[in-house]
This record gives sequence, structure tokens and C-alpha cells, in this order.
Amino acid sequence: MFPIPIQKRPLINQISYKILIPISLLIWLVPLIGIMLTSIRGLGDISQGNLWGVPSEFLLFSNLKDVFTNTPMISYIINSFKITIPTMIGAVALSCMTGFALASYKFKANLFIFFTFIAGNFVPFQILMIPVRDLTFQMGLYDTVTGLVLFHVAFQTGFCTLFMRNFIKALPSELFEAARMDGTSEFNIFLKIVLPLTRPAIAALCVLIFTFIWNDFFWATVLIQGHHAMPITAGLKSLNGQWISAYHLLSAGSIMAAIPPVIMFFLMQKHFIAGLTLGASKG
Amino acid sequence: MPNSIQLSYRKSSWWKLNQQRLTPFIFLAPGLLLFIVYVIWPIFNSLYISLLQWDGLSPAIFVGISNYVELLDDEYFYISLMNNLKWLIFFMLAVPIGLGLAIFLNQTIFGIRLIKSLFFFPFVISQVVIGIIFAWFYNPRGVIGPFLEYIGLGNYAILADENFATYGIIFAGIYPQIAYCMILYLTGLNNLNTDQIEAGRMDGAKGFSLFRNIILPQLRPATFLAIVVTVIGSLRSFDMVAIMTQGGPWGSTNVLAYYMFETALSEYGYRMGYGSAIAAVLFTIMMFYILFFIYRMYQSEKKGL
Repeated sequence: MFPIPIQKRPLINQISYKILIPISLLIWLVPLIGIMLTSIRGLGDISQGNLWGVPSEFLLFSNLKDVFTNTPMISYIINSFKITIPTMIGAVALSCMTGFALASYKFKANLFIFFTFIAGNFVPFQILMIPVRDLTFQMGLYDTVTGLVLFHVAFQTGFCTLFMRNFIKALPSELFEAARMDGTSEFNIFLKIVLPLTRPAIAALCVLIFTFIWNDFFWATVLIQGHHAMPITAGLKSLNGQWISAYHLLSAGSIMAAIPPVIMFFLMQKHFIAGLTLGASKG
Repeated sequence: MPNSIQLSYRKSSWWKLNQQRLTPFIFLAPGLLLFIVYVIWPIFNSLYISLLQWDGLSPAIFVGISNYVELLDDEYFYISLMNNLKWLIFFMLAVPIGLGLAIFLNQTIFGIRLIKSLFFFPFVISQVVIGIIFAWFYNPRGVIGPFLEYIGLGNYAILADENFATYGIIFAGIYPQIAYCMILYLTGLNNLNTDQIEAGRMDGAKGFSLFRNIILPQLRPATFLAIVVTVIGSLRSFDMVAIMTQGGPWGSTNVLAYYMFETALSEYGYRMGYGSAIAAVLFTIMMFYILFFIYRMYQSEKKGL
């Protein structure tokens, strides 16, 4: 183990480590603590510059009420879900198939197609922006949730394919061979053998895609214009413009935007980290 | 009746003979098709548009490389390029800082799991939220300004200072990136080969020399991944700039990603061709890293086969 376990160190080190940990955590989270404190405050505290002291009033609920009644916040949140969940399902479903195809069959273009998916996944968004916006216009899907979802599904399929393919490749191939010997059709191999085994990978991808798409701002700006289809990230940005110095409201709104991915992360922590760190421990 | 039985038999035997060959393409088709339409084709289309003069509505005029020629004389293009370089250089700090944090946290004390996930928080939260928080911190009426005033240094708003605004944004951008690198290294540290470390310790390796000669080489996959995601993150620095300064003051915080967006879709009018030329430059820079990454993967694939 590296570094040496703290339990094997002198007592004084152990104690100072245990003191240092919460202090460093507190410093690390100052930005987030700041926003949480601010979301509780009233306008009075903000204009008097009471930012870190004890809030003079506890106004979290009234701030939230303000945000929900005076802005389209509810609609932003609903839109975010309407964008995120179909994307998650679509990209994961498609990549189970592409990943299976690339992992378990040998054919000429295999590696080429695989690397195309990887390369496409890393390109800067700006090189896609104008044609994708144009295409969405032509399909009559500009400024709609559907248009945004279609693009997200397509783009995320790249990353998901990389992930799925590597996961399925690591499964023991004897399983497929034995099933083939028994006369199982290729579709049934996929449905009855591969899919059940890829459940951890599916879970990891679901949390990752949920977080990526929930937090997407660029494509929401490019493909959506009106409040009716705007997700919460783009919505916050537009509120940011209107609420100069109404930081207590902005903070309350920001917290609403942060909660779903945070909950998702906490519920599925193991899968989330396994997904993100794929490849961090082996060449 | 017998005829149809024979037919279906023949059909199924044809399928049986070829199903192994055809199945992969059937499984690939939907995903690959969508990916080609939305990702691969647009790349080439953008490269073509960069040769046009086009506002998105009226007929496009083919102008050859004149958009690129114009770029050479565009002051804002150079500012953006320089800022991208600053992002890239300072973003790299996320890798060693993330490693340091990971080493600091790689202990087993009560509640360490929760502490690690709290350290990871900034990465889970939207960059829009992080940008809003830091913009507020930097605001003259926010946190840092009043603090400086209080200790007698006078109020200062970094985002309004054209010489330093970019650093203010980079500082905000690096915050979640450190968390990402940290989690990569925590996984790496978790999978270290204990025998080698013990052997090293037997041989008297301690502290920094142990770290340098035994730990760091074993962390190479994590380092590689951390560098790849950090480079890509630094070149994708759109969200923070859009939230915190929109490229201002006076274009001093523009990066290629944001400048392209601005040129093609907002203030500067709808200059699709010129925007695409900027995107093409950004794409070319990124392509080096993509090819490098793919080369690495190709090597390990060959080893694997």
C-alpha cells in the first residue's frame, strides 16, 4: 500500500491526519458551501455583505418558492429529464449492440470502425456545430427536445461503444463458443448471454451519460432557443443574465441544477467511478 | 405444401450459413448510421463550409482559402489561440494536484469513503453551476473583492481585468478537473502491486525515491488517462467562458471554442464559413491528440490479439 497506512505511523501523525482531513475538505468545498449558505440568505444579508456569517434569516424555502413561481424553473427541470433519460436509454441500447458486434466478431473493418467511434468521440464540438444545427433545422427539429436528444444519442454512442466493446471483449469467449456449439442463434447469444453479463457496464454507462447530458450546456445553447424546450443549464445561464446581484435566487436555482446528478452519483457511486476510471489501472 | 417447407428450409439454411458473417453488421447498423450522420459527416461538411462565405440563409459563395487568410490577420484569433495555450498549460497542473490529493486521501480511516466522494463532488456538478459560483466569488460585491477591501488591499475584480481575467476562468475550470484526476489516481493507487512496493521498501527505498522509482511507473495508465482527459477538457473550455465573461472584457478571455461560436451564431453576425475555419483550426490541434491516443490503443490492441 502506498503511502504507508497512517495506522503504522506515530500517534501524533495519526491525530494530525485526522484533523487535517476535515479542514482540507472544508477548504476544498468552500465554493459549494458558499453557494449553499447563500441560497438560505435573504437579500438583506447579501447587500450588507454578510456572506460567511450566520444567516440572519433562514429563507431557503422562500427563495426556492421565488425561483419556482417567478421563473420557468419547473419547466427547465422537466426538460432536462426529458432530454437526459431518452438519451441515456438510446445511447446505451445502441452501444450494447455496436459493442457486441465489435467485441465478438472478426471482420475486416472491425478495428477501423472501432477507432472511428473513438476518434469521433474526442472531436471538438465546434467542428460539428454548424452542420448539426443545419441538419436539425432541415428535419424540422430545431428548438425541440427531440432534436437535441437525437444528437446526444448519436454522439454518446461513440463513448458508450468504446466502453461496451472493451467490457464485452473481456468476457470469457468460451461462453459464446459453447452456446454456438449448442446451436444457439447469434441473436440469442446477444440477448441471453451477453446482455445479462453486461449489467454492470450498463449501470456504469447509465450514470455517466445521465451526468454528462444533464450537465450539457453547449448543445442546449446551439439547438434550443425557447424556454419551452430549454434544459436547466441553459435556463440558469439565462437567469444569470436577469438576476444580476440576486445571488440568493441564483444560488437556489444552481442547487436545483446540481441535485439530480449528485443524487445519481451517490446512489450509483461504485458504477460511476468504475465507468470513469476505465483503463486507469491497466494498460 | 412440401414446396413451401423446402423453401423455408433453404432460406433458413442460407441464414444459418451466413448468420455469423451478417450478424455484426446488423448489430452495428443503427448505431453506426446515426454516428455517421451526426458526427462523421459533419466533420467533413464543416471543413467544406470553411471554404465558403455563407450566412446560413442566402446562397453560399465559394471563396477558397480566403477565410483562413483572414484568420492570419485576425487579432482576436491570436488572442483566442494564446488563451487556449494558457488553458492547456495551466490545466496540466490538475494532474499533479490530483495525484497529490489522491495520495493524501489514500488511507483507510473511518468515513474515508464519504470524504473521497465529497472531494469528487465538483466534477459531478455542471460547469455552468461552477462558473456561476466563481463568477460570484470574483464579483466586486461578491467574496474576494470585499475580502481584499477588508484587509486593506482595495477592491479588485479579476474578471474585469483584461490581463488576468483568463486566469480567473482557468482557476475555476481546473477545480472540477482536479477532482477528475484525483479519482483516476485513487483507482490507480488502489491497484498497485503490493509485492513490488514491499520489495522496494526492503531494499531501503523510502519517501520520494520509492514514489519516483516504484509507484510512479505503476501509475502510468492513470497518468496517461489523466493527461488525455485534461488536454481534451482544456480545449473544450466553452462553458466556463460562456458563463463567466462571454469572451470579454474586449475579447481578452476568448478561446477558440467560444470565439467560433460567437462568430457563427451571435454578435459578429452569422459568419458560418469563417466560424468553420476557426473550428477547423481547433479540430486540427485536437486531431494530434486523437491520433496519439488511437495509436496507443492500436498498440495495446495488437498486443492483445
